[in-house]
Amino acid sequence: MGLTKERKAVLEGLCKQFRRTLLDTLYSVQTGHPGGSLSATEIITTLYFEVMKVDPKNPSWEDRDRFVLAKGHAAPMLYIALAEKGFFPKEELKTLRQLNSRLQGHPCALKTPGVELSTGPLGLGLSAALGMGLGARIQGKQFHTYVLLGDGEIQEGIVWEAAMAGAKYGIDNVVAILDKNGVQLDGPVDQIMPLGDVRAKWNSFGWNTLEVNGHKVEEIYDAIQEAHRVKGKPTIIIAHTVKGKGVSFMEGKHAWHGKPISKAEYEAAIKELEGGR
Amino acid sequence: MAGAAGKAMRQVYGETLVELGKTYPNIVVFDADVANSTRTILFGESYPDRFFDVGIAEMNMAAMAAGISTTGMIPFVNTFACFMVLRCGDPIRSLVAYTKLNVKLAGTYAGLSDSYDGASHHSILDIAFMRALPNMVVLSPADAADMKAATEAAVQYKGPVYLRIHRNECPDIPENDTQPFTLGKGKVLRDGRDITLIATGYMVHRAMEAALKLQQQGISARVVNIHTIKPLDTNLLRDCAKETGGIVVAEEHSIHGGLGGAVAEAIGRLYPVPIEFVGVRDTFAESGDYQALLEKYGLTSQHIVKAAEEVLKKKGAKG
Repeated sequence: MGLTKERKAVLEGLCKQFRRTLLDTLYSVQTGHPGGSLSATEIITTLYFEVMKVDPKNPSWEDRDRFVLAKGHAAPMLYIALAEKGFFPKEELKTLRQLNSRLQGHPCALKTPGVELSTGPLGLGLSAALGMGLGARIQGKQFHTYVLLGDGEIQEGIVWEAAMAGAKYGIDNVVAILDKNGVQLDGPVDQIMPLGDVRAKWNSFGWNTLEVNGHKVEEIYDAIQEAHRVKGKPTIIIAHTVKGKGVSFMEGKHAWHGKPISKAEYEAAIKELEGGR
Repeated sequence: MAGAAGKAMRQVYGETLVELGKTYPNIVVFDADVANSTRTILFGESYPDRFFDVGIAEMNMAAMAAGISTTGMIPFVNTFACFMVLRCGDPIRSLVAYTKLNVKLAGTYAGLSDSYDGASHHSILDIAFMRALPNMVVLSPADAADMKAATEAAVQYKGPVYLRIHRNECPDIPENDTQPFTLGKGKVLRDGRDITLIATGYMVHRAMEAALKLQQQGISARVVNIHTIKPLDTNLLRDCAKETGGIVVAEEHSIHGGLGGAVAEAIGRLYPVPIEFVGVRDTFAESGDYQALLEKYGLTSQHIVKAAEEVLKKKGAKG
């Protein structure tokens, strides 16, 4: 069973709202990473509002599903989703990256309700997610662990250490999603350090692989359901995305990995997002 | 005084893990292809379902352990001490320490104890790294009994712990073993009034030998085993400074950033007295017989005696 039309519309509505909130938030604090937050919007939204079982009133509920934002710089979009879920008040988003805030520049599991793992230094999230999956299996728990990686991130060697371990232990309760937006801080991934045939690489490491358009909630949803059905090995969903998605002057531009948004840029972006492009 | 050569610390560690595995069904053990050396192979034989040899991929090992700890398991991460710091350093800082995860880090072959493998495998900066991490507990046992107690204490404590483990047989120290091991508390192994010898790990028994030699010169040396480098027993250190007026710190570690640094930081603030440091003097060591290395790189009881004499001179000049 795929997404109903109604649910698809709800998720798309949330994505639109979250992009707008992201622009408001990053413009107001003049710091943070827009590009990678915008490319991950549909993925994070589908997970939190359609797939995952979590309890904002009891963030440490033992049987909750886990989400690890391995590409920790997309923290603003995670915070927006968590606030909408009710893990903390939405007004707190305005304190992002500011002194005494619970919303750190990169996710901190100690400070922010709903954040499962502190991330930021790239590459560690997949290994940790596999640890969570292993812990679930040993204890006979049914929860799933979802982990979102950036495509620049998989240049880190540890990701491939984790890839081997995931296959060796057949950790099938972990679903990795690759936000393949093709752009990293210094430029296009293909120029900085080409990844080659990403799907073939993961296949050869013993993973189940799927490919989706990472801006279509119904495709993301279907792939996750498919991943749940595959036993004996972990799944990675390669989500083709656009860095800066939704704000045309940010799309595909590495300069928008992380830079402050000017007033004129903010107004143009909001106009575009309101227009429902 | 130092008794006969006891069991190798790593063997005691491995056996203790097996015992603890009975009481704690939530202990899991990770190793990175050195299970025979770390002696976690014993745990693996007893509890194959809770043992994970992840291959030569230390960073992944530490990060997986961080993840599994969030599900209520107590992971022990095992590799050589030098790799624990240098290969696992990022997940240890960014996941384990930052988030106070309940992960135990067992760095074996510490100091120069993996002597023949050479400077690439020696570990003389691990204390400096580990004690600079907020939230990290740093344990450095002196002999077999300490090792067992430290491993048990690590499990009982909820949070990140680094266990510094020696490779070789260490002499049992009766004065040490008759006292209980309390995390965060130093042990006074021998009383004295002229100077305090503060040591950790293998150097504790060297300090006991040095105290005997000093006694022959009519010098009364107190000996303190600091098995918990962090949190440091600063009250005890302050009392020692006050009561003996001089300190020598001895450790199988660089003189930069280890126990010596920790003691100097505390004493400088609480009760400044002359202090000298016995340790590896800002150099890489080399391959060779373990005792020969300790001799060449300045880690014998005679070196402690010399350092004590320096302190006593300064103390005299000051007085």
